[in-house]
Amino acid sequence: MTESTESAARAQWQAAYNAAADTGALRDIPFDTMSGLPVEPVYGDGPYPGQYPYTRGIHPTMYRSRLWTMRMFAGFGTAADTNARFKEILTNGGSGLSTAFDMPTLMGRDSDSPWSRGEVGRGGVAVDTLDDMLRLFQDINVGDVSTSMTINGPAAVMLAMYTAMADETGVDRSRLTGTIQNDILKEYQAQKEYIYPPRPSMRIVTDMMKFTAAEIPRWNSISISGYHIREAGSSAAHELAFTLANGFAYVEAAVAAGMQVDDFAPRLSFFFNSHSDFFEEIGKFRAARRIWATWMKERYGAQNPKSMMCRFHTQTAGVSLTAQQPEINIARVAVQAMAAAMGGTQSLHTDSYDEALALPTEKAARIALRTQQIVAHETGAATVMDPLGGAPYVEWMTDEIERQAEEVFAHLDDLGNGSILEGVYAGIDNGYFISEIAEAAYRFEREVNSGQRIIVGVNEFTDGDDERGAILRIDPVVEEQQLANLTAVKSARDDNAVTENLLAVTAAAGDPLVNLMPVIINAVKARCTIEEVGDAMEKEFGRYVEPAII
Amino acid sequence: MSDASAPDTTVRHRVILAKLGLDGHDRGIRVVARILRDAGMEVIYLGLRQTTDSIVAAAEEEDVDAIGLSMHNAGHMTLAPDMLAALEAAELSIPLIVGGIVPDEDLQPLLDRGVACVLGPGASAEEVANSVRSAIAGAR
Amino acid sequence: MTTSVAEWHQRATTGNRRAVGRLLSLVERGGSEADAITDLTFNTLNNAPVIGITGAPGSGKSTLTGALVSLLASQGLKPAVLAVDPSSPLTGGAILGDRIRMDDRVYAATHNSDQSTHPFIRSMATRGHAGGLALAVPAAIRVFDVAGFSPIIIETVGIGQVEVDVAAVADTTMVVVTPEGGDSVQANKSGLLEVADVFVVNKADRPGADQTKRDLDLMLDLSHVSGHDEIVGWRPTILMTQATAADDDESQITGVWSAIQTHQEHLTQSGQLAVRRRERLRAEVRSRVEQSLLADLTGVLPAVDSPELDGTHSPLALARRVTDRFRSPGSPQSK
Repeated sequence: MTESTESAARAQWQAAYNAAADTGALRDIPFDTMSGLPVEPVYGDGPYPGQYPYTRGIHPTMYRSRLWTMRMFAGFGTAADTNARFKEILTNGGSGLSTAFDMPTLMGRDSDSPWSRGEVGRGGVAVDTLDDMLRLFQDINVGDVSTSMTINGPAAVMLAMYTAMADETGVDRSRLTGTIQNDILKEYQAQKEYIYPPRPSMRIVTDMMKFTAAEIPRWNSISISGYHIREAGSSAAHELAFTLANGFAYVEAAVAAGMQVDDFAPRLSFFFNSHSDFFEEIGKFRAARRIWATWMKERYGAQNPKSMMCRFHTQTAGVSLTAQQPEINIARVAVQAMAAAMGGTQSLHTDSYDEALALPTEKAARIALRTQQIVAHETGAATVMDPLGGAPYVEWMTDEIERQAEEVFAHLDDLGNGSILEGVYAGIDNGYFISEIAEAAYRFEREVNSGQRIIVGVNEFTDGDDERGAILRIDPVVEEQQLANLTAVKSARDDNAVTENLLAVTAAAGDPLVNLMPVIINAVKARCTIEEVGDAMEKEFGRYVEPAII
Repeated sequence: MSDASAPDTTVRHRVILAKLGLDGHDRGIRVVARILRDAGMEVIYLGLRQTTDSIVAAAEEEDVDAIGLSMHNAGHMTLAPDMLAALEAAELSIPLIVGGIVPDEDLQPLLDRGVACVLGPGASAEEVANSVRSAIAGAR
Repeated sequence: MTTSVAEWHQRATTGNRRAVGRLLSLVERGGSEADAITDLTFNTLNNAPVIGITGAPGSGKSTLTGALVSLLASQGLKPAVLAVDPSSPLTGGAILGDRIRMDDRVYAATHNSDQSTHPFIRSMATRGHAGGLALAVPAAIRVFDVAGFSPIIIETVGIGQVEVDVAAVADTTMVVVTPEGGDSVQANKSGLLEVADVFVVNKADRPGADQTKRDLDLMLDLSHVSGHDEIVGWRPTILMTQATAADDDESQITGVWSAIQTHQEHLTQSGQLAVRRRERLRAEVRSRVEQSLLADLTGVLPAVDSPELDGTHSPLALARRVTDRFRSPGSPQSK
């Protein structure tokens, strides 16, 4: 930037900041160091936070007005068990709820399916019917809390249940806030929690986007995720590139489905990993904002600044946690949380130190939350915006990751003959994403194996791995309880209504002009199960089997 | 001059790698597939969402020397015994190796039940390959 | 208690899958057990039709094969597939991932279904066989045949010499190409045009599909000039398909089977079937002879550190010395 544009940018930013301060939007604390030294909100050059392309942050005030949401993931056992954990989180100062579902639920299977054997209530909460959803949020006013639901394949059914629950508990749909992950593209690339093939799944996603824009305007209909891609073993640059490419694909799909960019793009949000290389992660977060803004504006014609802002949730890297000397994971998570904060995340989940072994114990989950609180209140990371901006290494890292990402976009554009959406479909089909990720994972494995890459406690500094503390065991009685719940619902409901509703779902699936959401909401209100509704759609959409590319 | 076909002197172990149930974490099993390939073995890669039926059928048709199951969802105390039961019912004595996230206290019960070997997440490539070889040798 | 080859053979003839699996391993390994199996099976054949399916990686041929065997199984046939995948040239190991694309048990809605109604799928790596694929594949075909499997499908990946060899053992060879990647050009280069009886242009919804079909037709026209297809009386059929994982278009795969069956009828009516089978047997005999002679030869070549290999001796003379010793008086080759 030239000197004059630089000072204009600074002035503009200052004006925006002052305006916020004047409305009392800033937190009422002295913005100074622990020693009492007052500090500026931001240092260095523009573009400044809140200024296109938002490299340094999406708001002019960032954490000075509001800290990132401390959103702790929870879910296990029955809905009643998770409800208790939710209430604890809210009491302990967590500001948002984030729901983890069990594997059968994530795959759209009921607890009594032969596929669910041994997995009910493990790794998350079991939700089969609307009654489970009601129990999950019992005594919690969903109009007052922000809820994130981490589910993809059956996302439509789960959102329908959440909406139906709000309807049945008298909460107005317009008050609901939160996110549903609903990022089906990354399932084919990394997490494998798909049900139907890519194209019909995209139709479900665009239906949900249209529905939420009209009915639940404060709801984020997709959380476009890189976390899982990274967990599967990709590099930082590929985590970023594949995620943003998926984002572009959703944009193209929504536009093709008749929506205007600025009508839905402000509600798109992202979900990134925060791994252990501190500077690589910060560069990645900054590059994410810059790329998203420029592509949305220049390629997709967005005009609303909110369409150009890459808002994201971050989770510290589960894959970095070691089973060996588990307490040292607390240190890893702290560093990863710092990177996320200094990278400008909007919300953060910190992993518990015992998660390499099992679901977190209460104590471990609390320590994880306290870790975030230390970062927020003791380290100064929240006092100055984009504190590492301008550092030569971090600026270089931002540029380099952006450069590598642009190469990926060019490849996908080529594969898709000028459409990123088609390029992503093609990449899923020919195994491009899967093989890139598998290559990187294998390379890393060999580096660790050879000792070239040191992982503390694993291939070096292995003393001290003696005691393994208590881990959370899911009582097998949970499966029995849930089966009993499910049986009770099935015997109480009106079988005719169930049949009619399921037929209506299949019919809607077969008609691309019908929005699936209202039909599914009716079905769940009739107490159709998640698997019944899923199967009704499968009749039209088919089931996806992945190509075996190792 | 001999007219008999020359016997193949290279011992080639054939190993199934699979995941039972719904769990979709396949990073580990993909890495193990490459490790075993690099160790000279033939990997019959079944991957995700297999049933005990599909694994037993593959074990018979492929005449494998070992079966490796990858587990990350705490379902191992149900799924591993299910697999052993299915193998017993089919009268197949093929060693079963379980890899993934298995808490220490479940190790011995699994071995007692009949699992040949349990590999934790920190196992090196050498350990993985050697464990498979030992399990196969031990079963003979 | 170990089971003898004769016992495994006996069980296999009743269709026992485990016995078939074991026999297949024994023929791969070679040696006296493999020979015993050959002797037990060569004259008890049911003469099941043998179909070769080949195509480049990513051509979708495994999915196509899977759809085909599902169709055949649903019609009451007992198909078997030998899926051949390359071994690592460095380590000799292999990742054999074709079966899951063909196995309709994958993520099936039901558990505990009757296994006997599913196609038999065997994965074979390209290395580690006595005498290579040229011996292992015909032996495997015989094992499937005596166990009552029909048709027998040999599926190979890539377009290269391996595939041309495998085509020699099939009655009908189907080559799968896709619009991108110049597959049809590759098919020409590697000689697959001469051996293909049916072409499938898969992923025919992609741009370039029609051009690919035209390219193939043109190349077939050119080979017509050589008179090849007049000799065999058959011009390869070209089909357009879109085999996808969620494909429910049965008419498409029925079309593929129909094209294969048409070729089979042609072979029978024209007498070509018998000719091919004789050629197949002759090729196997030749391979066995080569294998046997090669084994003997290795001990007779000069050692690498031998002074004869210092560059002052003519390779012709060195070779003649070996072959003269080989054709010593008393051996069948001496004149």
